Order: sequence, then C-alpha cells, then structure tokens
Amino acid sequence: MNMVSDTAPVVYSNDADVLEYLRPPQWTNPLPRAEYDLVIVGAGPGGIAAAERAIELGASVALVERHWLGGNSLNVGSVPSKALIYTGSLCSDLRMAAYFFRPVDVDAVADFSAVVSRLQGLRARIAEYHSADRLARAGVDVYFGHARFLEGQRVAVDGTRLAFRKALVVTGARPRQPDIEGLESTGYRTSTDVFDLEAVAERIAVIGGGPLGCELAQAFCRLGSNVTIIQNDPKFLPREERDAAEIMSRSMARDGVQIRLNTTVVGARMNNGAKTLDMLNNDQKSSLDADEILLSVGRVPNVDDLALEKCDVAWRKDHGIVIDEFLCSTNPRIYAAGDVCMSHKFTHVAKFTAIMAVENALLDARHDHRELIVPWCTFSDPEVAHVGTQVWEAKQQGIPLTTYTVPMQDVDRAIIDAQDTGFVKIHVRDGTDQILGATIVASRASEMINEVTVAMKAGIGLRELAGVLHIYPSQAEAMHMAALAYVRAQPG
Amino acid sequence: MRMSDWETLSDAALVDRLQRGAFSYFIDYANGDNGLVADTSRPESPCSIAVVGFALSSYPIAVESNWIARGEAVQRTLATLRFFMQSAQGEQEDATGYKGFYYHFLDMRSGRRVWQCELSLVDTSLLIAGVLTAAAFFDGDGDEIEIRELADAMYRRIDWRWAQAGQVTLAQGWKPGCGFLHYGWEGYNEATLLYVLALGSPTHPLSDDAFAGWTMTYQWENMLGRDVLYSGPLFTHYFSHAWIDFRGIRDRFMREKNCDYFENSVRAIATHREYGARNPRGFVGYDRNFWGITAGDGPTGEEKPMDFRDRRFFGYMSRGIPFGPDDGTISPWAMLAALPFDAEAALVGTRQLLQRYPQTCSSDRFSSGFNPSLTNDGTAWLSEGCYGLDQGLLVMMIDNAQRGLAWKVMRENAYVRAGLGRAGFSGGWLGA
Repeated sequence: MNMVSDTAPVVYSNDADVLEYLRPPQWTNPLPRAEYDLVIVGAGPGGIAAAERAIELGASVALVERHWLGGNSLNVGSVPSKALIYTGSLCSDLRMAAYFFRPVDVDAVADFSAVVSRLQGLRARIAEYHSADRLARAGVDVYFGHARFLEGQRVAVDGTRLAFRKALVVTGARPRQPDIEGLESTGYRTSTDVFDLEAVAERIAVIGGGPLGCELAQAFCRLGSNVTIIQNDPKFLPREERDAAEIMSRSMARDGVQIRLNTTVVGARMNNGAKTLDMLNNDQKSSLDADEILLSVGRVPNVDDLALEKCDVAWRKDHGIVIDEFLCSTNPRIYAAGDVCMSHKFTHVAKFTAIMAVENALLDARHDHRELIVPWCTFSDPEVAHVGTQVWEAKQQGIPLTTYTVPMQDVDRAIIDAQDTGFVKIHVRDGTDQILGATIVASRASEMINEVTVAMKAGIGLRELAGVLHIYPSQAEAMHMAALAYVRAQPG
Repeated sequence: MRMSDWETLSDAALVDRLQRGAFSYFIDYANGDNGLVADTSRPESPCSIAVVGFALSSYPIAVESNWIARGEAVQRTLATLRFFMQSAQGEQEDATGYKGFYYHFLDMRSGRRVWQCELSLVDTSLLIAGVLTAAAFFDGDGDEIEIRELADAMYRRIDWRWAQAGQVTLAQGWKPGCGFLHYGWEGYNEATLLYVLALGSPTHPLSDDAFAGWTMTYQWENMLGRDVLYSGPLFTHYFSHAWIDFRGIRDRFMREKNCDYFENSVRAIATHREYGARNPRGFVGYDRNFWGITAGDGPTGEEKPMDFRDRRFFGYMSRGIPFGPDDGTISPWAMLAALPFDAEAALVGTRQLLQRYPQTCSSDRFSSGFNPSLTNDGTAWLSEGCYGLDQGLLVMMIDNAQRGLAWKVMRENAYVRAGLGRAGFSGGWLGA
C-alpha cells in the first residue's frame, strides 16, 4: 500500500514464474560493449518493442530497466486491470444466466484468491513473451538498474557506463498523487498496488473518474465491493463526449456504484477504523467511510531522476520530455516515446511511437507522431472507444461536420446479445465522405473502433465503407449502418 | 377530463379547453400578494421563478382569450414585478436574488430563497422573458406604464457579464457558499433564450464570443433517419421557442446546415415519434403516437427485470432519446406542446393519449409524468398533481400555434433583436 510516493510497480513476491521472466533473481548484467547503436532506458512495452525492432535492423542494443520488464502495462496496468474486469463481467453474466439456468446463485460471492491467482497466471503467461532470457537470446543486452544520463553520450546504470550512438527514453509514467490533506496518513492505493489486494474490500472509495477509475470502480463493484466513485468534474471520462460519459455514468449506477460527480475530496482521516473522506459538492459538505481508497487521478511522466539535464534534454514535470514531431528530444541523439512524452498514455501508443523513434534514430526516417491516428478505449461495460477528432476539436479548427449515429439498440447482434446499450457515432467532414473520427459505446467497442481506424488510415470514406460487406449478425454492422445512412443522406 | 367530454370536441375546441385548463393553474396556484407561482400543485410547494415567467407570459394570452380582464392581468403582473424589483438582492443566504438574477426556488409568502437552491441563470432568463413579454403587451397608461418601467429596470439590472465568470460560456448557476457551479452544459439545449437575452443587454451584455463558444459544443447528427441538432430531452426543443419565433432566422451554425431552429424542433419531434415507434426497450404504450420523453416527474426505485434489462426508475429526471435515460415514463403534456411544430403529431398523439389513458389529464390539466410500464394492482404509475412549467409551456405553445402573441411581441423587442443580432442571427423577420 502507498504511504508515500512510490514509483516501483509491485510484483507479487510469491509469483516466482513472473519474477524469473521479468527480473530473474540470479541475473547478471552483461559486460557493456564499447558503444551501443542504441541504449533504451525503460523496458515497458515501448522499450521492449523498440529493442526488438532495433535488433531487426541489425543494431547493437542495450535495454535498461529499473524495476521489472513489461512495465506498468504488464505488471500493474492493462493486463491485470483487464483480467479483473473480465472476472467482474462473469459476476454480471452470472446474474443474467439466472434467467435461463437453475439453480444459479445470483448472490454468489467472488473468491478473490482465485481471482488473483488467475491474474497472476495470466501475467506469467504473457511475461514469458517479454522475458529477460528471450530478449537476451534475441541479442539484446538487458541491464537491470537505475539509469542516469551523463554528459556526452553515456548512461550510467548503477556502476556501469554505457556509451551510445543514439538513446531512447521510454520510462513511462506513474500515478499522479493529489494533494489531499490527511491522505498520506490514512493510506491509499493506486493502480500500482491495487492488484495485490488479498480480499475484496467491503467499501472502496475511488477518487477520480477517468478511464481507469471508472473501469476499476465497476469491476470491484461487480466483484462484491460497495464502491463509491468521486469525480471533480461534472462528468466522467472528461476526454469523451457527453453522451458517452452519461451512458458510462448510468451503467456504473446500474451495477450499484455510488456516483459522486462535481465532488472534490478535501480531506481524509481515520475514523473508528474507517478511512473517512471529507467531500465538497459545490456548497454541500459530506463524508464517506471506506475500507480502501483507490486513487486514479491521472499519470505523470517518469522523468525526474534520469539526470536528463546532464545531456541537455529538456523536460517538464507534468508533460515529460520535450520532443519534436519526430520524437527527438532537445538533444539530437536522444529520442523519447510513450508515456514519458506523449499526451496519449496508452500501451499501444507507447509501442508504436517507440518503433517510430527507433527508425527515426537509426534509419534517419521521418515518422511524424502528429500524423498518428490514435484509437483508445475505456474497458468498462459498455466499453467507450474513440478515434480521431472530437466534434469540438473539429469546430475549433473550423471544420464543419455531420455525425452519423447508430444506436446499438438498432443493431440486431447487439439486441441478440443483450448488449444494446450505446451507440456508434462517426464524424464526417461536410461535403465529403471523409471520416474525421468516431466514438463507439458498445460492449465490444475496443474491437469495433479498429475498423474505423483502418478506414481513416487507408482513406476509406463512409461511401466506400457502405460498399463493404459486413457479417450478419455482428455488432460491427453498426458501422455499416452508419455508412448506409450516409449514402441515404448524400445520394450520388 | 372524461372521455365522453373530449371525444365530441373539434380539434380547436379540444385545444382551447386544454389551454384554458393549463392556464387556470396560474389562477389556482399564484400568490396574489406578490405574484409568485408554485412550482407544483402539491402542498407546500415553493415558487419556481421559471413558472412565474410562464405566468407573466400567459396573462396577456388570457386577456386576449377573454379568460381574465385586462385589469386583473395588470394587477397580477404589477404585483409580480413590484415584488421582484423590491425583494432582497445580495450575497446573504436567504436573499431573493443577486446581481439581478434570482434564486430558482422561493418561499411562496416571503419570497426568500429556499432549499439552498442555486441562483439560476436559465430560470432567470425564463422569468425575464415573461417580464419582457408583459412589458410589451401592456402598452397602455396608468399602471401599465409602471409595468414597463419595472420590466426595463429588472432587465437592465441583470449582470450577465458577471455570470460569465471570466469564461467564454455561461455557468449554470451560483451559490453564496461556493460561487459559480460547475455543472457541465455541453451541447445544444434550452439555453438559446438565455444567450439571446444576455447578449441583448444594453448594460451588462455577454462578450461577443459567448454564443459561438456555446455552439462549439453542438453536435449535428444523422440519427433515426434525419439530420438534427441533437439534444435528447424534448423540452430543450421547446423552451426557447415559447418566446422566440425561430422560423426563417438563422445563426452561423444553422446557415451552414441549411436549417433553422424551428425546423430543427420539427425534426426532433419526428425523431421522438420514430423512437416511440421503434420502442427499443419494449415499454408499454410506446408507439408513433405515444411519445414525449423529456424532463419531468417519474417513478423511483427499481423493478425486478423480466428480461435482464436495466429497469431502474429515475424519479424527477431529464429523460431523453435515443440514449436515455428512458424508464418508460413520458410527459403527457409534451405531445400537445408540439402544436406549433407539427400539429398533426400533436393532435393525434394527444387524442390517442386521452383515449387510452384518460387519467393523465385531470381537471383539463396534464400530469407531469406517466408510466404505463409500471403498474400497481393494474394501475399505471401517474405523477401526482401537476407542474407549473408544463402548464405554462402548454399555454404558450398553443397560443404560438394559433395567435403567436409572445412571438409577435418578442419579434418587436429591441433587446431580443439586439441579442439575436449579436448571436449572429439574420434573415427572415430579422432582415439581412
């Protein structure tokens, strides 16, 4: 549990397989080469993807990791959170199954040790693909230790100095710590250590209504906790449009999550063994008792102990390393990718930008990260996914657009699957069929959004999409229905 | 209303009767001493300033319809305006208003703030729209001069720019304990009237970029078969139209879309009918002539679902289509309020409602909410009593479909014309 700021991901100490893969206890750092073509600092998804690409290009590569290979995503991020969400969804399915099967105990309680056991097993299985041995066999020199840049083209890893031709920083980000009086004393968890809970807490207070806060609030609620989610803003998921956020809110409420929007936590204290949060909603004061407090109020880049200033790499505490369009820092030999420099802090963005940075650094390629079409998803039920331009962004740029909207309640497969909450909205530039962006709220939005992303990348407009066969019945048919609506509205 | 009563009435007679029934709310639930009108017909209901705005707009209609004498209307109006002009304005917790705005709910007798409610911008705009309507209608001598003077002073006193709070767009409200409220107000809604009145002020107008800032959040959507400036709850397509005749006048957004806000409401009503016909959640009663999902009273609690659907009930809630919230509750008045936009839809729907569910209209006044999907011993859930907002909107919308009194006086109002102009409206009755 976090009593103070802690940047180290927690890996379950009893998970020997994972340790063996991600930070082998007997590991000995290799003897360094005289100079590496590329030194990569940070072995999360971005670092590993970068190392694999650099090896493919024939480069000599050193990969430095301070904690565990796989980074947040594997250890305390996407993998464990989605595993928890999956198990929570089973609880929800159980209640639905009770309509068709007898007997089904709809009041069944989650066996949290089994939940955690599965989570660890999944991590071990996935960790194998990212193991230190595997990377070493591929030709990567893997170093465990704390990297600090030195003057010139060198990085110190504890006592070892690595010289580089080019370097790539992919150190990721960590949970933001808000300044709430008393919170250090009561204790709290973040995504870093919430997955080492050993039992379902009876009462959980989630502070923060961004993607991870919403995902975990719903998942823990489904696993049996009494969950209250507290959000400063008037809506959840501030980056999403109003309708998506409102459906998200109602879906959490449907599952039993207590909703506190427009509410600020102004203090925390212990009260008869409970962790009590003092809250303010406009002028209304209230308190909430919880057994666990989960903080999810954003992420800050891991930049402050890399000695980047030694090599003239500019960075800002909140925004991370300053990069140009080609992911190059203010030092032309040092690049950055992923959460440490990108506003979109997602695993897929980290991997993609890391590969772009490697090719820019080693091949003098000119991959411009601003041209990326970035999809993202909140893995709630229903999922909330987006790609491309939001309506308000288009308007700020003076781009007139029309949104083609298909409610999921009109999609046969969604009806069949009892997953008809949500919508597909595809934004199209007026006078054309060019797709500018899309928001999908659906049970399978994370899969469906990829079709729109492909269409945008390939320059496929809605008119052409209307001519693409879609499987019936499928939820992706909603995209086809939007395309057909476009053709009806814009014949010829 | 008993079925046998209305079945023999012509459309015109039926509408007149329902309009007069709605208007009688203001006679029954107004405090003659201060002009305040109760939010609902329920005992101990406080005053809603928005309902007062509808009342002030309805008195002239009642005069023109010979339901009350002009002198009575003048006295009712004068009492109201005198109260609002003289009542306490300030930062104290129980004032009536501040900076020219008024608290949403007031004690019916003292006129002071109740329920720790917010200083409401949109409800003040509904009140002041009624004030301006009254001022324009009462153009005679004597007491009517005072009406005009008080109305002008009330309007000029409102510090709209203060309510911008240094931002481009308006906050929804303010409270003495915490300042401006941070509720989200994203997308098209009932605030057009608020922005127009706030932009037209000769004393404290909004900044030039305010309206464009708000319209930046609009979404123009093709849904359920037609292009529409989307907003889920039906009332958002009505309220501003109670006072402003949007036929043929367009702002920049509507010029781009080759539409206007009146036509948009016509389309929104069509989408509501289409939603009723599709009835995706399988609610009892819904069809093309049974619709009206909007803000209003509704049942609370949760019903054990028969089909593992979400069967929560939302109480008093702003309901909307197609994304919800929708718990099977409609507002029975909402179909008739569509009269200026789609008379056929309004009349067919209202007649069908009265035939199938006559209990939704009692003493010629529609209930705020009705949910035939939720029954108790065979009786469908029905909101008790009625709400002043619903009655006032009906009085005005029926008049706008026939006589257009409020539209006419507001078309000639210099403040409204100035506000529309600053919001970028042109064409139609505004000229180039």
